[in-house]
Amino acid sequence: MGKLENLDFKKNNLRNINNYLQNIDFKKNLRNFVIKNPSGNHAICAGLKEDISVNIKGHVGYYCGGMNQNAKITIEGNAGTGLGENMMSGLIHVKGNVSQSAGATAHGGTIIVDGNASSRCGISMKGVNIIIKGSVGHMSAFMAQSGNLLICGDAGEALGDSIYETVIYIAGKPKSLGADCVEKNITKKDLIKIEELLNIGNIKQIKSSKFKKYGSARKLYNFKIDNVSEY
Amino acid sequence: MCGIVGIYLKKKSLHKKLGNYLSGMLDNMSSRGPDSAGFALYNKDNASKEYKYSVCFPYNFNVEKFKVSIRDEFKDILVKHISDHLIISTKTYPKAFLLFLHDNYKELKIIGYGKSIEIFKQVGNPKDIVKKFNLSKLQGSHAIGHTRMATESAITLDGSHPYSTGEDECLVHNGSLSNHNNLRRNLIKKGKKFNSFNDTEVAAGYISSQLSKNKSMKKTLTKCLSNLDGFYTFIAGTKNGFAVLRDEIACKPAVIAETKDYVAVASEFQAMAHLPNVNKAKIYEPEPGVVYTWGN
Repeated sequence: MGKLENLDFKKNNLRNINNYLQNIDFKKNLRNFVIKNPSGNHAICAGLKEDISVNIKGHVGYYCGGMNQNAKITIEGNAGTGLGENMMSGLIHVKGNVSQSAGATAHGGTIIVDGNASSRCGISMKGVNIIIKGSVGHMSAFMAQSGNLLICGDAGEALGDSIYETVIYIAGKPKSLGADCVEKNITKKDLIKIEELLNIGNIKQIKSSKFKKYGSARKLYNFKIDNVSEY
Repeated sequence: MCGIVGIYLKKKSLHKKLGNYLSGMLDNMSSRGPDSAGFALYNKDNASKEYKYSVCFPYNFNVEKFKVSIRDEFKDILVKHISDHLIISTKTYPKAFLLFLHDNYKELKIIGYGKSIEIFKQVGNPKDIVKKFNLSKLQGSHAIGHTRMATESAITLDGSHPYSTGEDECLVHNGSLSNHNNLRRNLIKKGKKFNSFNDTEVAAGYISSQLSKNKSMKKTLTKCLSNLDGFYTFIAGTKNGFAVLRDEIACKPAVIAETKDYVAVASEFQAMAHLPNVNKAKIYEPEPGVVYTWGN
């Protein structure tokens, strides 16, 4: 596992802390890090590349874990706008709530939120798996392209507006569906996927059979031959 | 961008710390608004028959001469001088006193009045403005503040928040309105006066005109949802407390932290990271299109 190292925002600044975590010296056998007093700073742990584990003790600001590759980031608090935006791989686990646009454009990896996510969760997501134990706000999965968004609670207005091929699993109710988002039949394959996601999120209290599936009706983003005269 | 902050203290014993808490909040929001800053403090306990008039004077203004000559007109007058601002206390009613100031001291900018409110604002970096007005030493029950990144009107005192358009009322705003010109024309027809071309001043004027019809703060802000077009997170202050509203699209951020001692509102969590026990506070984002009020 390697040794544990403490990093503290009271003693050091964002630039130094991020620089240090982005350029790990593996000769020192350091793999586990704790960040103290994050105090809502922006862009904490942005651009990490290595398979390390970072535990952040408190609330973080915007774009935490943005562009992450391989790292496992745990936030013991809330996260601001754009958590894990454009993440490529790795894991981000938030123990509190997250603000707008969590997992925006993220290509891979997993985001777990123990609380709620506010509006535009998973906007334009491109392959990430997002697991929300609470509810999500309006316009979640807007233009979402691939990956899975699993919501244990409810969703706000216009869920999955203009959605492409992301799959939404939701145990609660969406307030309304966005353009071209429809309910779909749950297959055996879906149940296996839901159980896999529940397992990753360590969610035991909700059964996979409780979830409904939403996705694209594929009427908006496919070219219709009827419209050929427009071009 | 712009940063907005507000704090409401639930315990009287904390009132002496109000300025201290608020100054840290404004400092931390400098990054969202480096062009100008301002704040309004309320001190309910001092509320008496006296009115307080917050005015800003130009650099060549002779304060000592003003103090002497105004005392000839109004015997009960008290003038508190802080940097380029004066807080003038008198029992004279607003209508008469404001007219007197307007007729005799055109160079003074009246930025607000009421029985409890004191307003300070100026162009420059929030960190400097907080120091200049010695905010950390000021006291009160609740306060709201603003750091401005100017977009649709000039970086001047007239373009700085908070805007006060009624007795003990004020407004700070993060966002931009798109129907303010039309709304301003309508309000002017109904007798409202405006000092700037700023969109927020119009929103403040609209809120004041609704409140003056004896509408509650909750009803007034709910009406904003249908009559104000644009992006906004508002904090509206009154003698008794403040209210928060985000438009229904909710592009502009806001976070609320509540403990048994205080309620704090800010554009970003980092504005309140220095507040006592904030890590144990109930922290949440105000829902789009929902009015939140404290003390009102």
